[in-house]
Amino acid sequence: MENEATGVAVITKEERTAYVMILPALAILIILVGYPLFRSFWLSMSNIQVGQKGDFVGFRNFIMLTQSETFRKTLVNSLIYMFTAVSGKLTLGLVLALILEKVTRGRKIFRGIILLPWVVPICLSTLAWLWMFDPLYSVINWTLMKLDILHQGQGIPWLSEPFWARTAIIIVNIWRGLPFFAIILLAGLLSIPKDFTEAAKVDGAGPIGVFWHVTLPLIFPLLGIVVLYSIIMTIADFDIVYVLTRGGPINTTHLFATLAFQEGIASGDISGAAAISLFIFPFLGASAYLQLRIMRRRMEVL
Amino acid sequence: MRGFIRKLQSILPYLFLIPFLIFALFPFYWMLMTSFKTDQEIYDVSANPFFIKMGITLKHYMFLLTKTGFKVWFRNSLVISILATALSISLSVLAAYSLTRLRFRGSGLLGIGIFITYLIPPTLLFIPLSEVVAFFKLIDSIFALVLTYPTFAIPFSTWLLMGYFSSIPRAIEEAAMVDGATRWQVLTRVVIPVAIPGIITATLFSFTLSWGHMLYGFAFVSSSTQKPLTAGVVVELIRGDVFYWGSLMAGALLGSIPIVACYTILTEFYISGLTKGAVKY
Repeated sequence: MENEATGVAVITKEERTAYVMILPALAILIILVGYPLFRSFWLSMSNIQVGQKGDFVGFRNFIMLTQSETFRKTLVNSLIYMFTAVSGKLTLGLVLALILEKVTRGRKIFRGIILLPWVVPICLSTLAWLWMFDPLYSVINWTLMKLDILHQGQGIPWLSEPFWARTAIIIVNIWRGLPFFAIILLAGLLSIPKDFTEAAKVDGAGPIGVFWHVTLPLIFPLLGIVVLYSIIMTIADFDIVYVLTRGGPINTTHLFATLAFQEGIASGDISGAAAISLFIFPFLGASAYLQLRIMRRRMEVL
Repeated sequence: MRGFIRKLQSILPYLFLIPFLIFALFPFYWMLMTSFKTDQEIYDVSANPFFIKMGITLKHYMFLLTKTGFKVWFRNSLVISILATALSISLSVLAAYSLTRLRFRGSGLLGIGIFITYLIPPTLLFIPLSEVVAFFKLIDSIFALVLTYPTFAIPFSTWLLMGYFSSIPRAIEEAAMVDGATRWQVLTRVVIPVAIPGIITATLFSFTLSWGHMLYGFAFVSSSTQKPLTAGVVVELIRGDVFYWGSLMAGALLGSIPIVACYTILTEFYISGLTKGAVKY
């Protein structure tokens, strides 16, 4: 704080305590998050390979990526994956939250069951899905055939055809993220004062009118936060794709992270991999900026 | 008639809930069934896969525990997750207290910094982070993960604890200060005891995130004896095209047990941790 008598900046006792308390956490985050973040920008503009020193090459890695068929496919894939998975989680999550809001008896137990997929390690539960999508023993195909939806012996080629492999990956992502959306939106719904919805009903609004004109506007900032958060986590996904397809068949289901892993850790092209990972960065930046804006606006309202 | 409609309205939400419950639970049911089936039944295309008809076997669990590195991976994960969580929580408590309760230059900016770090996905950092891990000579050691898991556990815990700390009334702190307590005494004797639910929540989330993380285990560790459970089960139990589905499902199930156990006993803490951060804003 500024010393009022002399105008000289003096560190108060409280400030010193504050710095001592925050320093250990800050040191770890600077060394293990801040530095690697800057380093990845440098790597992406160099030609460093595993175990070798390299030189600055400007945007050459990025230009090479735009010319790579595999990378272009990965870029399109990542965007499709993000849009479909996030909108799936949002729609189903909102429906589930509205159902759970009406469930009064046993709500705690049902809420506990619904959240389970989000708690269990995703790489382990995806193994169960891998087995459910098995080309020969798929329980999903077995059921669809029994119900005569599919012809005998004509099961869906879940993980061997690009379209179905992408669909499978999106289904697992929705399975994992749907509870997260539902539980947070449920908390948002329950925090709406009953007077608001009652007043709208008295004014003659039907259930859809109440939802559209009262509920939705009130939970809109929360929806925004959850969607923005989910966009980063979805576009940066690794586990589901790695376990289900490892990016195959023939590199058709990669996301940025799995392609970067394949190029960087498996093939040793550190600089190329850093350039691929960096494509996650604009999504992170935009999402963080918009989330902070929503929070700030809410703070001003309160 | 009116009574009938009212009754229908009250059970309707439960009917709509059923497909969601099946969707959520089926993969776990499927793991459980497969892990106890005999190989003969698992690979019988004509058998009804939903039930066990040819008897229960513990063969897959025996194989997992005696013929694979599962026990070692489990122990590694336990050590890594406990150490990373202990480190993260102690540093996060200090950082969160300082950011919410002490006045100092740059606190607002650092708070935003913590929030942004909490949003950074590990997949953005693993390439340059492998160089840092190599610099500390920790490649291929469980301590590579003890060091790097706090990169996601600290920002999350600090952000969560900042919410809990700022809801504690300042008056109880000020009363202690008037009685002559220092800041450190206020933190350990007044604030921490009141914030125990928040600290339990942050601990559970740190442990759960650490236990379930896979990528860093892939990227920084290659010897089987140093692998965490996630990387061990996913890489070493799947060998080429030959799948040991019975033991793979047993591994996925046993590997989830510590988390499911914590979750079952302390569900409310998970829910509050999940909703607290989001609903507040």
